[in-house]
Amino acid sequence: MPDIIAARSQMAMSLAFHIIFSCIGIAMPLLMVTAEWLHQRTGDDVYLLLARRWAIGTAIMFAVGAVSGTVLSFELGLLWPHFMKWAGAIIGMPFSLEGFAFFTEAIFLGIYLYGWDRVSTRAHIAAGLMVAFSGMISGIFVVIANAWMNTPVGFRLVNGLPTDIDPIASLTNPAALHETVHMTIAAYAATGFVVAGIHAAMWLRDRGNLFHQRAITIAFAVGAIAAVIQPLSGDVSAVAVERLQPLKMAAFEGLFQTGSHAPLAIGGIPDLKNRKLLYAIELPSMLSLMTFHSVDGVIRGLDSFPEKDWPAPLIVVHLAFQVMVGAGFAMAGLAMWGGLLIWRKRTVFTSIWFMRAMVAAAPLGLIAVEAGWAVTEVGRQPWIIYGVMRTADAVTPMPGLAVTFALYTVLYIFLGSTVAYLLWRQVMQSPTRSEVVTLTAAAR
Amino acid sequence: MNEHVTLFFVLGALLVSLTLYVLTGGADYGGGVWDLLASGPRAAAQRDLIERAIGPIWEADHVWLILVVVILFDAFPPAFAEIMTAMHIPVTLMLVGIVLRGSAFSFRSYGGGHHRAQLLWGRVFSIASLLTPLLLGVIIGAIASGRMPKNPQRIGDFIWPWMTPFCFGVGIFAIVLFAYLAAIYATIEDADLEVREDFRLRALATGIAVGVIAGVVLLLSMNGAPRIWAGLTHREWTWPLIWTTSILAVGALYSLWTRRFELARFCAVGQVALILWGWAFAQFPYLLEPDLDIYNAAAPQITLDVLAGALAMGALILLPSYQYLLNVFKSHPRHGRRPTAAER
Repeated sequence: MPDIIAARSQMAMSLAFHIIFSCIGIAMPLLMVTAEWLHQRTGDDVYLLLARRWAIGTAIMFAVGAVSGTVLSFELGLLWPHFMKWAGAIIGMPFSLEGFAFFTEAIFLGIYLYGWDRVSTRAHIAAGLMVAFSGMISGIFVVIANAWMNTPVGFRLVNGLPTDIDPIASLTNPAALHETVHMTIAAYAATGFVVAGIHAAMWLRDRGNLFHQRAITIAFAVGAIAAVIQPLSGDVSAVAVERLQPLKMAAFEGLFQTGSHAPLAIGGIPDLKNRKLLYAIELPSMLSLMTFHSVDGVIRGLDSFPEKDWPAPLIVVHLAFQVMVGAGFAMAGLAMWGGLLIWRKRTVFTSIWFMRAMVAAAPLGLIAVEAGWAVTEVGRQPWIIYGVMRTADAVTPMPGLAVTFALYTVLYIFLGSTVAYLLWRQVMQSPTRSEVVTLTAAAR
Repeated sequence: MNEHVTLFFVLGALLVSLTLYVLTGGADYGGGVWDLLASGPRAAAQRDLIERAIGPIWEADHVWLILVVVILFDAFPPAFAEIMTAMHIPVTLMLVGIVLRGSAFSFRSYGGGHHRAQLLWGRVFSIASLLTPLLLGVIIGAIASGRMPKNPQRIGDFIWPWMTPFCFGVGIFAIVLFAYLAAIYATIEDADLEVREDFRLRALATGIAVGVIAGVVLLLSMNGAPRIWAGLTHREWTWPLIWTTSILAVGALYSLWTRRFELARFCAVGQVALILWGWAFAQFPYLLEPDLDIYNAAAPQITLDVLAGALAMGALILLPSYQYLLNVFKSHPRHGRRPTAAER
C-alpha cells in the first residue's frame, strides 16, 4: 500500500470512528439532562432511571470519543506535518477555542457523572446543560477548521507561503456557517434516531414498558425536529458548495457535462473512461432548478475542470452523496409520519408499523453522518487545503504507514465492538425490578 | 524584550499547561501504576481508592495535554511538525496507550458485569498507565537531546534518535514521578487510615527513587542531552534551582514521615514543577536544538496576539470551572491532620 493511501485511509478511519462518538457525545447529554429535568418536574422515577442509564451511555461514549479525538489532534501532525506547518498559525484558532470548549465539557461531565450525591439537583442539571452546550460548541469549532480546509481564507499567498495572516478570518470562512449548521443538526438527528430506534426494538419485545416508552418520546422528539430541518440546511449547503466549490458539486452529482437544464441523478456509477454516469435515474433539469431555482441555471460539470483536480475516488463521493441525501429524506419522512400520528392520535405507540419503521431507521442517521463526512472529505480531494496544497504534498516522510493504519484499525474494531456490547448490556436493557426499587428508595 | 510580550505569554501558557498536565494527568497515570502494583491484604481497597480518586477528574486532567498540543501547533507550527514527524513511532505508541488507558478505565467503571471482565479491563488500564508515561518521557527526552533529525527519511531515522539510555531514563523518571505524585495525593483521599498509610509508605519509597533516578538521568544527560546538562550545571540559576528542588524533595519526605500530608503534597508539587521547569529553562530558547528556537519557530505576531487573547479569555472560564470540579470531589474533611490518639 503506498504511504499516501495508507495515510489517507488511516485519517479516514480515525475520523469515521471518532465522528460517531462525537455526534452521540454532542446530543446524548441533551437527552440525558432532559430526562433528569422531566423527573424533576413530574416526580416520575422512570425519568430518573432513564437519566442514570443514559448517563452511563454518555460516560462510555465520551471516554472513547475523548481519547479517539486526542488521537486525531496528534494525527494532524503525525500524518500531515507539512499541512500543519503551513496552516497551523491560521487554523490554530478554532482548535484552541475547541480545546477550551472540550475542557469545559470534560469538567462538567465529571461533575454530572460523579456528582449525583455531591451537588444540588439544580447544580446537577446545570452541569448537564453545560456538558450539552460545550459539547455542541466544541463540535462547531472542529467543523470550522474543516470548513477552512474547503474554503481557505485569512492569508495572502506569496511564493507558495501564507503571508498577512488573519487568524480571526479563518473562523468566519465562507463554508463555516453552512457546514457547522448542517453537522450540528446531523448530530442531534442521528443520535435521536439511533436511541429511539434501539428503545423501539426493546419496546416491541416488551410492549407497554414505560422505560422504553419515555426514552422513545424524548429521543424521537429531538431526532425528529432535527431531521425535519435538515433538508433545508442541506439545500443551503448545496447552493453554497456550487458557489464556492463547483467542482465538488459536479463530483457529488457525477455530472460530467457543463450546461443548463442539468439533471438530478439518483444513483448511478460514474464511468471515468467514457465520462458518463451509468445506470442513473435522471430527473431532467432538477439540478439546475434546485441550485439556481431556474432551469436555465448553468451547472459546471467535471469537464470544466482539469482531470488532475477531480476528487478521487469519484465513485465514493457520488455514492456517499446519494446515501446521505437518501437517508436524510427517509428520516425526515419518518419524522413527519410521527408528527402526523401525534397530531391525529396523540401517541405513536399505537402504530406497530411506525415502531417497526423506527427500528429500521435507527442506523440511518449515523449512516448519513458517515456518508456526509465522506462527501465533504473525499470531495475536497486531491486537496488538503482546497486549491492551495495537495494532500500528497502534505504527507509525512515516515515509511511503512500501512502498519500504523493496520494497528489503529484493529484497535478501533476492538474498541467499537466492546462499546456496542457494553451499551447493549448496561444501557438498553429493560430495567429489572430490583433496579427500580433501589433507585426509587434512593430518590426518596 | 517588549516586542516579545505575547510570545513569552504564550510560551508561559504552554509551560503552565504542561506542568498542570504532569501534576494532574500525570498523577492519574501514577494511579494506574499503583493499580498494577496493588498488593498486600488491602490490595482491593487500594485499587478502590485509586478508582474513586481519578474517576471524576481524569478526563478533565487529560485535556491539559490537548491544550499543550494545540498551543504548540498554533504558536510554533514548525516545531510541532518536526516533532510529530521525527517522533512518529513513540507518539503513535503513546496514543495507543492513551486510548487503551481511558477506554479501559471507563469500561471497568461502567461496564458492570462479572468479575473476570472487570479484572481484565483493570489490567489493560494499569498496563497502559505504565506504558504511556514511559513513552511521554521518551518523547520529552528526545526533544531535550537536541538530536532530533531534521529530515528523517529512512526507517532508522525514525527509531535511533530516541533509542538512547537518556530517553528511556527520562521515560522511567516520568513513571516514577507520576507514581510518586499519585501516592502523595492518595494520602489525603477519603479512605480508611490503613489504606492511606499504605500509600504513605509508597510515597516515601518512590520519593527516594525520584531522587536516585533524577541523579542518574542528570548523569545520562552529559552525553544524552549536552545542552540540558550544561543548563543544569553551569548556568547562573543552576544552584538556586537545584537547592530549592532538593529542599522541597527533602521537605516532602520529611512531611510524609511525620504525616503532614498537606504539606507533603505542597512540597511534592513544587518539586515536580521545578524539575520540569529546570528542563525548560535549560533548553531555553530552543524548542528543537539546533535549528528551531522560540523566535524563528514562532507563528506571526498576529497569531500570537490572538492566541494570547483566547488563552486569557479561556482561562477565565476554565480556571473557575476546574476549581469547582476539584472542590466538589477533592475537598473532604481534613485528612491531612495527624491521626488522633483514638485513631492510632
